[in-house]
Amino acid sequence: MLLEISDLEVEVEGKKILNGVNLKIAEGETHVLLGPNGAGKSTLFMTILGFPKYEVTKGKIIYKGQDITSLETHERIALGLGVTFQNPPAIRGVKLKDLLKIVDKNEYESNDELDEEVIKLGERLKLNEQFLNRDVNLGFSGGEVKRSELLQLLAQQPDFIMFDEPDSGVDIENVELISKEIINLLDQENDNSKKGGLLITHLGYILRFVNATHAHVLIDGKITRTGDPEEIMSDIRKSGFGEA
Amino acid sequence: MVSIKDRAEKAVNKQAAIGADIDLNEYEAADVKAHEHIDSLDDLTKSDKDTLTSVGMMTDEEDRSASFLQMDQSEVFVNNMFPGVEVMGTAQALEKYDWLPDYMWKAVQVDADKYTATTELGAKSGYFIRSLPGTKLELPIQACMYIGDDSVRQTAHNIIIAEEGSEINIITGCSTAAHVDNAAHIGVSEFYLKKNSKITFTMVHNWAREVDVRPRTGVIMDDNSTYISNYILTKPVRNLQAYPTAYANGQNTKVFFQSILAGKYDSVIDQGSRTVLNGINSQSEMITRAISEDESKIITRGDLHGKAHEAKGHLECMGLILSDESKIYSIPELRGDCTDMELSHEAAVGKIAEAEIQYLMARGLTEDEAASMIVRGFLDIDIKGLPEELAKETKNIMDLSMEGM
Ligand SMILES: Nc1ncnc2c1ncn2[C@@H]1O[C@H](COP(=O)(O)OP(=O)(O)OP(=O)(O)O)[C@@H](O)[C@H]1O
Ligand SMILES: [Mg+2]
Repeated sequence: MLLEISDLEVEVEGKKILNGVNLKIAEGETHVLLGPNGAGKSTLFMTILGFPKYEVTKGKIIYKGQDITSLETHERIALGLGVTFQNPPAIRGVKLKDLLKIVDKNEYESNDELDEEVIKLGERLKLNEQFLNRDVNLGFSGGEVKRSELLQLLAQQPDFIMFDEPDSGVDIENVELISKEIINLLDQENDNSKKGGLLITHLGYILRFVNATHAHVLIDGKITRTGDPEEIMSDIRKSGFGEA
Repeated sequence: MVSIKDRAEKAVNKQAAIGADIDLNEYEAADVKAHEHIDSLDDLTKSDKDTLTSVGMMTDEEDRSASFLQMDQSEVFVNNMFPGVEVMGTAQALEKYDWLPDYMWKAVQVDADKYTATTELGAKSGYFIRSLPGTKLELPIQACMYIGDDSVRQTAHNIIIAEEGSEINIITGCSTAAHVDNAAHIGVSEFYLKKNSKITFTMVHNWAREVDVRPRTGVIMDDNSTYISNYILTKPVRNLQAYPTAYANGQNTKVFFQSILAGKYDSVIDQGSRTVLNGINSQSEMITRAISEDESKIITRGDLHGKAHEAKGHLECMGLILSDESKIYSIPELRGDCTDMELSHEAAVGKIAEAEIQYLMARGLTEDEAASMIVRGFLDIDIKGLPEELAKETKNIMDLSMEGM
């Protein structure tokens, strides 16, 4: 099992947001997380990443057989976790290139050029070398933000990847581009893929391209339904989250 | 008419308009002959050389067009390597040029405060830099004010003249020797930019925890001239107060002030920049980035005074407070004296945004690494107006002075 979450309760600033979440994701699986605004989807991601503000009051997170519930974020990343953010912050003076140097596997001295391979990855995502020199997320368009997030993951090559709304605000053509790279990241074309993914989406259009194996509906901090992604999506389209 | 000397004597106890009142009698005025001339910067001790390098002074003089070094009150080294620029001690320049008094105390008032007055009444030191008409020199001139002994009160009166159509780059480093804790530095700098001239002036300060610093700077600018100042202070100091003022008197003059300030320990830093936009279509942009650590206190001031048509000015101050015991006060002032001019300011003071830390942590950095990367990014302002090579070098100097942050 790649990731195993049991009975997870989480508080943020004294307010309970997650209320007993159970989730198992095996190698080769990609799960979709659905649910209304404010349900706690992003909170689950932040908790898996181990940000200090997200206090686990009950339950456990097991990753590759190891209890990571009290590990620090950078230790979890070193174990192979990766994430694309829904709304990443802009950081003045920190260039996208600098982040790519942090995540890719090369050792860089302070004035070293970025690895050619990483520059090529950028081109695949329509982010040219000049773009990599921009302050990260500062003035990026909605689509550029999403592609820059994916580029960082392509350089990082994590084993378990969380995608927080990678398709929101992205035009149809770019959803296809993004989907292609998500498929690459998750190694979905390989029947023996060792990777696993958890993807948050509202519209589900991206599921026409990315192959999801399971779907979960999260409402008020609890998973209320688990099953086949297409069935669940179509129920939600018909009658909203109430019936789902 | 009251002589300069009389005015200085009257002001010798005059408290400055802002900043703590330093008792200058706690420090000793050093003798101009205390240190001997050296033949080469290479003759300095390794420790002195390292200190000079840390403030941008190349002791091998490579990629420099001229050098000047003042230790305490003594001129110890001067070297001119390119025609078209003259660098010498101010005392020598006064002997050589009988017109030089016309440039003394015109950009800074001699009776402004006790610091200007003391500089006038003390032994004549400091440097004179003059670029001859039409000279365009990319290789920078380097000058250093160095305090070599404890308890010294160093004064300097610097005169910098860019004649018509000339362009020069100056890198100045000011520092105390590694073993010096306690000293005072007063540096009066008067800049004169003639028509169509340009000066970039990059200054790195690297003082010690018990050093009081009072620079006094004025810049007088004629038509179509450009003055660019980059000021970097990232090492501790006891009490520093400076408020350099550019008088953009000519038409189409351009002024840039950029300052990077880091407060450490119990440093008190009161640093401002002011432009008086007297010339039609004169422009000024003043940018400050400040971070405060430990128990430091930083006051950043900015003053734009628009007095001519089509004048434009923008003031920007961003402060990051890194400890609960430290403070940053930002005091911007805009003054408009006519229609058809435009002044604006932007200021923000706060702590590092948690979302930014988390974002970098999600890329594998520890919390401390993330904070340090954000701080470096925050202080990393684009250097304007320098040729590419020099911009790179200035960046390196900045990086060097930010090492360990
Ligand atoms: N750092 C925080 N401080 C305070 N409240 C928070 C914080 N993070 C999340 N919350 C609250 O927790 C609840 C769940 O938020 P979360 O971002 O997890 O929702 P979501 O399911 O991702 O919603 P959306 O679909 O709108 O992105 C919301 O009410 C939100 O305001
Ligand atoms: Mg969300």
